[in-house]
Amino acid sequence: MTKNLSRRSFLQISALAGGGLMIATAVDGASLGEMDALLAQAGGDFTPNAFIKITPDNLVTIIAKNPEIGQGVKTSLPMLIAEELGVEWTNVRIVQGDLDTVKYGPQNAGGSTSTPTNWEPLRRAGAAGRQMLMAAAAQTWNVPASELTTAAGRVRHTASNRSLSYGELATKAATLPAPDLRTVALKDPKDYTILGKPTHGVDVKAMTMGKPIFSIDFTLPGMLFAVFEKCPVFGGKVESANLDLIKSQPGVKHAFIVEGGSDLTGLLGGVAIVADSWWQAESARRKLVVKWNEGPTAAQSSAGFAKRALELSTQTPAFTVGKDGDPDTALKSAAKVVEGAYSYPFISHAAIEPQNCAAQWHGGKLELWSPSQTPQRGRDMLKQLFNLRDEDITHHMLQAGGGFGRRLSNDYAIEVAHISKVIGGGPVKLLWTREDDMRHDFYRPGGFHFLKGGVDAAGKITAWRGHFVSYGPMNPPANAPNTFAQSANIPNTEFPSGFVPNFAIEATLMPLGVPTGALRAPRSNAVAWVYQSFIDELANAAGKDPLQFRLDLLATPRTKPAGDGFSAERMAAVLRAVGERSGWAAQQANRRTGQQANGQTAMGIACHYSHRGYFAEVAEITLSKDNALKVNKVWVAADVGRQIINPSMAINQCQGAVMDGLSELMTQEITIEGGRAVQSNFNQYQLLRMRQSPPVIDVQFVLSDNSPTGLGEPALPPILPAVCNAIFAANGQRIRSLPLSKHGYRWA
Amino acid sequence: MAYTLTVNGKQASVDAPADMPLLWALRDILNLKGTKYGCGVGACGACTVHIDGKPTRSCQTRVSAAAGRTITTIEGLSADGTHPVQVAWQEIDVPQCGYCQAGQIMSAVALLNQKPRPTDEDIDNAMNGNICRCATYIRIREAIHKAAGTTTTNTQAGAARGEE
Repeated sequence: MTKNLSRRSFLQISALAGGGLMIATAVDGASLGEMDALLAQAGGDFTPNAFIKITPDNLVTIIAKNPEIGQGVKTSLPMLIAEELGVEWTNVRIVQGDLDTVKYGPQNAGGSTSTPTNWEPLRRAGAAGRQMLMAAAAQTWNVPASELTTAAGRVRHTASNRSLSYGELATKAATLPAPDLRTVALKDPKDYTILGKPTHGVDVKAMTMGKPIFSIDFTLPGMLFAVFEKCPVFGGKVESANLDLIKSQPGVKHAFIVEGGSDLTGLLGGVAIVADSWWQAESARRKLVVKWNEGPTAAQSSAGFAKRALELSTQTPAFTVGKDGDPDTALKSAAKVVEGAYSYPFISHAAIEPQNCAAQWHGGKLELWSPSQTPQRGRDMLKQLFNLRDEDITHHMLQAGGGFGRRLSNDYAIEVAHISKVIGGGPVKLLWTREDDMRHDFYRPGGFHFLKGGVDAAGKITAWRGHFVSYGPMNPPANAPNTFAQSANIPNTEFPSGFVPNFAIEATLMPLGVPTGALRAPRSNAVAWVYQSFIDELANAAGKDPLQFRLDLLATPRTKPAGDGFSAERMAAVLRAVGERSGWAAQQANRRTGQQANGQTAMGIACHYSHRGYFAEVAEITLSKDNALKVNKVWVAADVGRQIINPSMAINQCQGAVMDGLSELMTQEITIEGGRAVQSNFNQYQLLRMRQSPPVIDVQFVLSDNSPTGLGEPALPPILPAVCNAIFAANGQRIRSLPLSKHGYRWA
Repeated sequence: MAYTLTVNGKQASVDAPADMPLLWALRDILNLKGTKYGCGVGACGACTVHIDGKPTRSCQTRVSAAAGRTITTIEGLSADGTHPVQVAWQEIDVPQCGYCQAGQIMSAVALLNQKPRPTDEDIDNAMNGNICRCATYIRIREAIHKAAGTTTTNTQAGAARGEE
């Protein structure tokens, strides 16, 4: 295999053994202008993150390097390459890569980052390939490359009416020098034939046929199956268990106690049962009797936290997250002051595929088959736990039945690696039950916001003071007592921070023994509901139209530069767009004149910026007198940059995120009692069903001259306040705690 | 104990405890992995198969109770993914993560066998036992209409896939 490596260009060209061309590129997440600095930093090491193979049969094979969790990157990222390469999508094949950060660079799915970090480098990799194929044709025909064009996987010389397919040119191209990624010519977007065209998911047919493409489907010959019973109180330990009885159950091969540690993200105490089949292991488990040492958090409860938060709200906050001006003085001189105590519960990810993972040891080396969103993080934890090196771990990335942030954690991988090791290293598959999954989640943390806001006589917000009572770890670091629990924080940039002259967010933390973590649009999924509801309260106090009130707020000169890249103009643009599309102004006018056909039909609006995306949403609801709620229609206006890569999946993601938010709004709650989660399955933890879902969700992309950003998360947050604001418009009730079902609401 | 199951037109003998849910017999003994485990309590519909033509939660059906009856799984709809409901799902580009979709399709096929021209309400009723965690409900409804040759009341369905 010959290699033609251009260090300056971050591009590697190789000839394939059976003929053809392999292109590998090595830029990830960095602007191309930073390439030299990155190269210096890396000591000249070449770590490509995109692989493109062009073979003589004219097929293009692209390695998908990032985990696919239902967000569509296995389709959309290769589209970037294929577009600039100039091939027909039908000739592109996608292969999922294993975890190999030496080969591919970072491999993660989280934070809606896949699109922004890959937009430039993957297009440039494709363009470089096209340029090389053109150079190969120019040499073959002895004509200048400038006379050549490409289309549908062929290079054409119009003057002499000759053309060659990429497959025919690939082997020759592999012998040519690699171009500089920074100077390759990118297409004019008006010439796109793939980007911006609705493109079906590459696995859709396999999914409709029930092909075994998910992590849970993976088995090996001779594999055993495991269940793992952990202490229901997080981090509790086994004192004793009836292992003799368990070992005597049909099919059971091993049953043993796992001592476990105290890190809630690592290996926890419990009992492992390994059997010939999963059903046998699970059947034996139903006879398991464990005496637990539940540990120091067994008295914690949601009710206790709520009571404590109320007490803390009357006390001086422990610390300040951010402060501008003098909110207390400004509140005293405000024309109207509004107070609101908001709270929301813990919620669970409830990905439809329960956690599972397979492992096998080969001597001192570990092989894993995992649906992780963060295989690298998992590898690092496994290295530490088992004293391994990178090269001792082979990590196969399997497709996940939903992520929503749950698979950012790798607890299941650690458990199965440990179980396999204890039984001698043979292949084992660990599968959690739904109950395991819901009782041992890294929950979206609950929280309590005690807000006070003031408006002046002209209806402008002059003061905002928020006391956020949230959670911290059981044992915070001595030098950082005010450390938030995972995803339980609030940024000091949270809107309307920067747009209100006297603005403060202060906080007090309660020690928490419940594991928490990122859930789809972490922090935003809760704080957007609180802040956008409270903004609506202030709009009402000011006697202003909720849409215009937000636009006025965004037009206010800022007290400080935006720390998080927030653009008021982009947010105002999506608000105006959703207002126009939903007929907001006419609907509000009808309300004022009492001309509404149905007094219980109302609209609410909200907006939120997260994961670099600007979203404004309007919900139209019909509410019966006994609080049966129907969301008739939702309008979404989104600014995620200048180009929607795959409109089919982009719209699917936005509609799904809106419904996910409705699901959170109406019913979702994990109650903590006795230090453990009360709800454990879908009959107690209700997810939105078809009949309850809005029949129409209109998605409008407002294109702006910015690089494209991700869509997995930012469509979710605004829907919760939009519906609550609509409820207020319908019946005058302000919802200040979730879920809605606690206030007597139900789906119509 | 050995039971004879008729799955997708073929007879197979499975050696399983009487209380083993059909779901696990299909997945782990007959290696038909298309039928999915989601909740184990009949609350999500991911494990839906047809027993004597009726949509049934295979996690709530003991293998002993399934013996001697006619079972169809997602793998039995067609050899090559060309059942009209599968084709509609592909053309509408329904899935996100895709995990629940085999169960959704089995419920949809059962509905269309019963009611070849369903209304939106028929669809909502028939599909209410199937959770889609990614919430692709708008497209599921549209795909069922497409397979049936009927129309949804959602007039914006085409635009909802980014089509012009």
